[in-house]
Amino acid sequence: MKPASFDFICPDTLDEALSALAEAGGDGRIIAGGQSLVPMLNMRLARPGVLIDIMRLEALRRIETSGDGITVGAAVRQAELEASPNLLRDLPLLAAAFPWIGHVQTRARGTVCGSVAHADPSAELPLSLVTLGGAVSLRSRKQKRKVTADDFFIGMMATDLAEGEMIEAVHFPKARPGTGYAFREVGRRHGDFAIVACAAVADDKGLRLGIAGVDDRPRVFALPALDDDQFDDALNDIVWSLNAREDIHASARYRRELVRNLGRETLKEASRCRA
Amino acid sequence: MPRMNAAQRHGIEFTLNGRKVRAEAENRMLLSDLLRHEIGLTGTHVGCEHGVCGACTVQIDGKPARACLTLAQQVRGSDVRTVEALAPDPAELSPLQAAFRRHHGLQCGFCTPGILMSLDALLRERPDAGREDIREHLSGHLCRCTGYATIVKAALAAAEEQRKEETTNA
Repeated sequence: MKPASFDFICPDTLDEALSALAEAGGDGRIIAGGQSLVPMLNMRLARPGVLIDIMRLEALRRIETSGDGITVGAAVRQAELEASPNLLRDLPLLAAAFPWIGHVQTRARGTVCGSVAHADPSAELPLSLVTLGGAVSLRSRKQKRKVTADDFFIGMMATDLAEGEMIEAVHFPKARPGTGYAFREVGRRHGDFAIVACAAVADDKGLRLGIAGVDDRPRVFALPALDDDQFDDALNDIVWSLNAREDIHASARYRRELVRNLGRETLKEASRCRA
Repeated sequence: MPRMNAAQRHGIEFTLNGRKVRAEAENRMLLSDLLRHEIGLTGTHVGCEHGVCGACTVQIDGKPARACLTLAQQVRGSDVRTVEALAPDPAELSPLQAAFRRHHGLQCGFCTPGILMSLDALLRERPDAGREDIREHLSGHLCRCTGYATIVKAALAAAEEQRKEETTNA
C-alpha cells in the first residue's frame, strides 16, 4: 500500500505546469488534493512517472461567479466551495449533494475538479455537473477547449481528457428562479460510494434526472413535466435504457429498483421545490 | 520550477505541532509514514491506507485530513497537528481526551488518535456542535471495538465542558 516512485514537480505558473505535462507525455499526472489519486497510487492502480502539483497556482484557486454560472478552478478544494457564502442561492443542488461527498476529512483536501477528473461513475460531483448541464474547461500547452459535462464523461473512470491536457476549471450553471432542485442517495454507510444517487432539476420546460452509480458514467435524462401517475412508466423506460452494473455492493436488479424509487422521490421533491 | 527526482530524498519544511521541522523524504512517501518513520511520532495510526478507516487523521492547516492520502511533499509550508499536540503536558490529558477516558470512548485505542483529531477540529471550529455534527464527523472513522455511542457521549461532554469554560472566562 505504498505508491511506486515518481518525479514530483511544483510549477510556479500554469504555463510551467502545462509544459511539464506535455513533456511527461502519457507518464504525467496532475495532482491537486490527491483524495482520489493517492488511493490509486497507494494501491498501484495508477503508476505515473511524474506528478505535477498544481495546488500552489493562484490562478487555479478561484471561484468566480458570472452572470449565469459559477466557475470553479482546478485548485479549489471541495470544502472551499461547500463553505462559499452563496452556495445555497446559486447552487442549491450542490448544497444538497455536498454532505454525501466523501467525508468532512476528505472534502477538506479533495478538489472539485479532481473528482470530475477521476470520473468515478458513482461520484456526486460529476453527477451534479452533468445534471445541471455544466461544462469542463480543458487546457494543454497548445490549446484550450470547453466540453459539455455530458460529453466529458465517456465511461468507467474514463474521460475525454487527452494526453497533455488538464482540467483548468469546471462551470456550473447558476440556479434560476422558479427552478426546483433535489438530490437523493443510497449507500451502505454515510460517506461510502453511492450504490445509486439521483439528482433532479424541475423548471417550466420540464424535468431533468441525473443518475449515478448504475451505468459506467453519470447519465442524464430530460423528461416533460409529469403528473403523479406518469412517473413510474417514465422511470421504467429510463431504468431499462441504463446499462446497470452488478458488483459486490449490489445487483443490477437492485440498482434498477433503487432508480425507480429514488428517481421518483427526487423528481417529486424537485417539482415541489419549484412550486 | 522545482523538479524533485524520484530516486532521491528531498527536504520538506513545515510546522509540526507548533514547531518548525525539516524532514527528508522520497516523493512517494506518505505523510503518515513521514510522521511515524522519519519523525518518530507514532501517535498517528495507520489502518487501511486508502482513506476509508480514518485512523491516520491529522489536522492540516486546521482541518482534519487523512495523512495516508497526503504525500509528504504536499505539506511543505503547511501547519500539521497530530494527536501528540493535544495534551498540554505528558501528565495531563486535554479536556477532549479526558472525556474519552471518563465515558469509555476507547478500548483498544487504535482508531482514537484519528477520531480525536477530527473532533478537536470540529469543537474548535464550531463550539456549538451538537450530536448530529459529531456523528457527521465520526462517519469518517471506523471503530471496531467500542462502538460509537460512548464516543458520541464523550464528544458531547467535552463540547459541553468547553462551552461552560468559555462562559466562565467571558
